[in-house]
Amino acid sequence: MSDDSTTTAPDEAPSAESHEPTTVGEYFQAWWLRVQSGGLGSLPIIIGLIVIVVIFASLDPRYLNERNFTNLLLQMAPFATIAIGVVFILLLAEIDLAIAFNSAVGGVVMTLLLRPDNPGLPWPLAILVALAVTTAIGLLMGVIITKAGVPSFVVSLAFNLGLNGVVLILMLEFSDSGTIRIADQTVRDISGAFLPDAWGWILAIVTVGAYAGSSLLKYRRRSVGGLPTRPVGIVAMQLGGMAFLVFGAVGYANLDRGVPFVMVVLGAFLVFWTFVAGRTRFGRHVYAVGGNPEAARRAGINVDRVKIAVFGIGGLMAGAGGIVIASRLQSVATNSGGGPLLLNVIAAAVIGGTSLFGGSGKVNSALLGALVIAAVDNGMNLQNVNSGVKFVVTGTVLLAAVLADAFAKRRQAASGIR
Amino acid sequence: MTTEPILRCKGVSKKFGAVQALYRADFEVRRGEVMALVGDNGAGKSTLIKGIAGIYPFDEGEVTFEGKPVKLHGPKDASDLGIEIVYQDLALADNLDVVANMFLGREQMNGIVLNEATMEQAARETLTGLKVKTLRSVRQVVAGLSGGQRQSIAVAKAVMWNSKVVILDEPTAALGVAQTRQVLDLVRRLADQDLGVVLISHNLHDIFEVADRITSLRLGQTVDLFDTADVTQQDVVHSITAGEMKFVPGMEKEIVE
Repeated sequence: MSDDSTTTAPDEAPSAESHEPTTVGEYFQAWWLRVQSGGLGSLPIIIGLIVIVVIFASLDPRYLNERNFTNLLLQMAPFATIAIGVVFILLLAEIDLAIAFNSAVGGVVMTLLLRPDNPGLPWPLAILVALAVTTAIGLLMGVIITKAGVPSFVVSLAFNLGLNGVVLILMLEFSDSGTIRIADQTVRDISGAFLPDAWGWILAIVTVGAYAGSSLLKYRRRSVGGLPTRPVGIVAMQLGGMAFLVFGAVGYANLDRGVPFVMVVLGAFLVFWTFVAGRTRFGRHVYAVGGNPEAARRAGINVDRVKIAVFGIGGLMAGAGGIVIASRLQSVATNSGGGPLLLNVIAAAVIGGTSLFGGSGKVNSALLGALVIAAVDNGMNLQNVNSGVKFVVTGTVLLAAVLADAFAKRRQAASGIR
Repeated sequence: MTTEPILRCKGVSKKFGAVQALYRADFEVRRGEVMALVGDNGAGKSTLIKGIAGIYPFDEGEVTFEGKPVKLHGPKDASDLGIEIVYQDLALADNLDVVANMFLGREQMNGIVLNEATMEQAARETLTGLKVKTLRSVRQVVAGLSGGQRQSIAVAKAVMWNSKVVILDEPTAALGVAQTRQVLDLVRRLADQDLGVVLISHNLHDIFEVADRITSLRLGQTVDLFDTADVTQQDVVHSITAGEMKFVPGMEKEIVE
């Protein structure tokens, strides 16, 4: 009772200022400590990707040739595009099972509007309308989920069936053969055109330059504000690694037909949505709602509005992916959006490292996960295995990714990070 | 200590259906003091706090803030006045870092871009000002913090916005010895920074350590107001369990002495 109330708390560690790694060596030590305690980051995917490449390359050397590399990029692009939307939805710990058929709706609507003279809309307008429709479908799901308080699993399951029906109805109404070809050259070029070599190099320079510029800007802003910065050596190393990958990929693609144009589209989406998720108030609120909805609500965040907007993003990216797929096939068909597309895009987001429990994940996990999915798919196509085997293998990869995540979580729990 | 209370509730009542949760209760807190609010379960502590927070507005009675009568009809009314409440479940987003949590819902912007550098500086300053020393980094994710650290972050978040009154709901309930120490020191420091601090706690030991005065509630009524220095824990326990009530419970009539 008579304790002196001015006794200070025992210092468990020195002040808030120090303790951030300042040299390259310390940074690696901190990183290794994090890995050991389960903060694996993208490490498992990168290792997994290397394993996949080694296995398929040893089975068939064609796997590594430049023609197959550009094919892989073309295969991966639609998965990654749709998976960006999935990442946002998973960040809220929600799910959208209608996303594949929503993408098909986007492709079909665009294709119908493009039919020559019937109505023969110019391509920008057709694409815009298609994206507006899929976004509206996403928003509608969001409104139902938030306002009626029904789990997204059930609502999107209903939409999955309903949109499958819509695709069938539209196709039966407007086509006798069950397929509508796309005549518009610009739309065919989205997935069909390749950048001339010089443009590919310019793209690489711009990409790396922009990355360097933004790291430099961040570094300067922090050092001007007197805040701890990451060691210069680390920043340089990251930049070097990134430059190596980008220039390597462009060089390799240029040996073949060049960088697929769709990579520019995908790259723009990735940059834009990474910015939204990481640098804007909306993105911060998405993570907050996913991490602790109650905390978000008390902080004055309109949780419902964030959720509805995210389902809108899901719809938008589904539409964009549907257009990329339609362009790749140069047609839409009654079976658009069916098959393993839904599971592939959700698996891509999860394999890429986005948690199903909300609040954790990055936009670029859509790219990494889609690469894994496409690399497996592509390798098995080369092996001429039937789709049964493909499903089994893809399922196994997904399971491995989820197990790696669960294992990492357990290590984190054991070492007190979570 | 004759200063005017910064927050004063006079004769406030609140009824939930047939239950009279609060009946003509009085409560006040001055600048620079720690006012403990004690009472058994169901005594009306939470109802009183939620009334002040504007979550369940009072049915009757008068609330004055800095001497002026105010109406508290919603959480925003309270936060506009500078009344912040740290609830028992701290409502921190585990997946966000300390800075992001402290600025959640009030992010500083640079155009449409989050102004991370400014927020990080302000967060550091606030934490340094409160002498919260045990954090490894303000960029640490909250999930990795100890209970005491989390409590400190929640308190820092509350006082960051020029608040004048901070209400802490059982801040030490789930903490160990060293962490309780940290939080109690923090509570004292808040008062030393001239805030009015309301401490709700069942732990009389904690209360006698940091509180200047103690308000005791029983069955929805204010039964006693002590200066901590003048009483013993025994007196407070007696007041909580058998304090003399001014009104007959259930009958809204004054007991005639």
